[in-house]
Amino acid sequence: MITIIRKELADYFTSIRCFILFLLVLVASAVALYAAQQGIRGADTQSGFVFTALFTTGTNIPSLITFIALLVPVIGIALGFDAINNERSTGTLNRILSQPIYRDSVINGKFLAGLVTLAIMILVAMLLVAGYGLRMIGVPPGAEEIIRLFIYFVAVIIYGAFWMGLAILFSVLFRSLAVSLLCPLAIWILLGNPVFNPYVSFIAPAMTNSIGTYLLLLRISPYWLFAESTEALLDPFFRGLGILTVSDTTGMLYRPLSLDQSLLLVWPQLTALICLTVVCFAVSYVVFMRQEIRST
Amino acid sequence: MEKQIVLETRDLTKKYDGRTVVDHLNLHVAENEVFGLLGPNGAGKTTTILMLLGLTEPASGNARVFGFDSTREPLKVKRITGYLPERLGFYEGLTARQNLRFIAWLNNMTDDEAERQIDQVLAEVGLTEVADTAVGKFSRGMKQRLGIADVLVKKPRLAILDEPTAGLDPEGINQIIDLIAALPKMGTTVVMCSHRLYEVQRICHSIAILAKGKLVVEGDLDAIGREAFAEGRYRIEVETDGASPQLVGVIGKVKGVKNVEAKGNLLHITTDSDLRAAISRVVVDSGAALVQMKVEEFSLDDIYKRYFQEG
Repeated sequence: MITIIRKELADYFTSIRCFILFLLVLVASAVALYAAQQGIRGADTQSGFVFTALFTTGTNIPSLITFIALLVPVIGIALGFDAINNERSTGTLNRILSQPIYRDSVINGKFLAGLVTLAIMILVAMLLVAGYGLRMIGVPPGAEEIIRLFIYFVAVIIYGAFWMGLAILFSVLFRSLAVSLLCPLAIWILLGNPVFNPYVSFIAPAMTNSIGTYLLLLRISPYWLFAESTEALLDPFFRGLGILTVSDTTGMLYRPLSLDQSLLLVWPQLTALICLTVVCFAVSYVVFMRQEIRST
Repeated sequence: MEKQIVLETRDLTKKYDGRTVVDHLNLHVAENEVFGLLGPNGAGKTTTILMLLGLTEPASGNARVFGFDSTREPLKVKRITGYLPERLGFYEGLTARQNLRFIAWLNNMTDDEAERQIDQVLAEVGLTEVADTAVGKFSRGMKQRLGIADVLVKKPRLAILDEPTAGLDPEGINQIIDLIAALPKMGTTVVMCSHRLYEVQRICHSIAILAKGKLVVEGDLDAIGREAFAEGRYRIEVETDGASPQLVGVIGKVKGVKNVEAKGNLLHITTDSDLRAAISRVVVDSGAALVQMKVEEFSLDDIYKRYFQEG
């Protein structure tokens, strides 16, 4: 399987597709950095969480976490949508499977190689913003901030893995590249994009009048789960997922939550994301293992 | 000399959606021979091959390759078997060498061994000059040759070639055929599917013909020919300078001769075994001059047509 990961990584890093994605990530980081520069003065710096504000601060220009929420699904889909069916249609799948390897190492290798690529891209974006941000504001990050950022990084990878798993699932199910690209994109437009999300704005509100049910419905959307988790992870003042009534907030101290409390807050969300990812991958795994290999 | 059977299927059966594609197939391939698997499109040849490699599961029956069960121990089978698919594909962006290197790695070869082996097989198929060219720029024939290199790079004991000459020009076909014919000497048994009967006849030692998933006939090529046209007997053609009824009579008395027909100076003799030595002696003893004598060969084309007229 190491061989397959090695080859897939080599493929990714030499492909035009990855070059474009990297460019996108770079542009997003630059823009986000600019946004942070514009907005950081207005941000609340009393609390001592200045460094994370670099990632979350945006004015009318979106911040890095918004960009990442937008880009990560796209990267995941772009890396996964042709994983299996492209090999099948070019006839290379046959050739690989007739080598002495287990069939699952093909799909595992592709998934892992995709994850590594995704991780590198996100790491580059975060380090760029962190590095230039450090120069710009001159405030070093505290230990807790670093841990929060790291957990956020892991959450991003999980979120990306979900979209990649979804794309790989469609690439196992459908022979046509166009279909396997359109299906995850359609799901992304409906449920997963942060800019204009018909599910969050129209569909879920139309289905219920109760706020509680509305929130429950929203949490079907992987984007919503991800957005809630990142917000709570990077903003220690963020304490209520959903609606807080006046009685809830009366007497609430304006103090940052400790790391474990923030984590506790988003634990269900993160678990749900991990679950979704595992389900997507498991289904593609099973379907792929049982599929006939016939090229015709 | 009894040859060792290295590939054997026992009542191998495959069904797709209730339709039987391969039906109780029993094949036997001896070591170091070229075995031709023939049959019209859709006869179940490719499905059979996939089952041999453990890439698809049989509905019943089993296949053994060098003693390993294809369904239960596919990895062991695939370690010693090279497979050239009918529609072969390469990573177009990678060079010939990189494509082969990937396969070598998948076979757990060390880097040194892989490089040596890659150089050797590229030379064998005549692609040394384009070893570092991207496969996307290759012609159909070059890809086909690279496919053969791809099979050989792992030093297989069994090579399964599905239409190895499809889409090649005549010269390319000859090169590939010569290459395949040389494999048994290097210790590789070959199973090949082809629709080009002439080629099969040139290089295959034994064949099997499939139709609708069933085995029509299997065995030694010459034996099958005799079976098909002379009820298992030899037909010997003798040309003399003058065929007298007397000569016909004398030949007819040779032990093993079943029938003699005279047609001008040609005598068609049907026998139980290859009696050329005995017949030539009789002809010369009778005072007639022996101009030429040969065992009639059956073209595979005729055999094939014959079986499919019946079927």
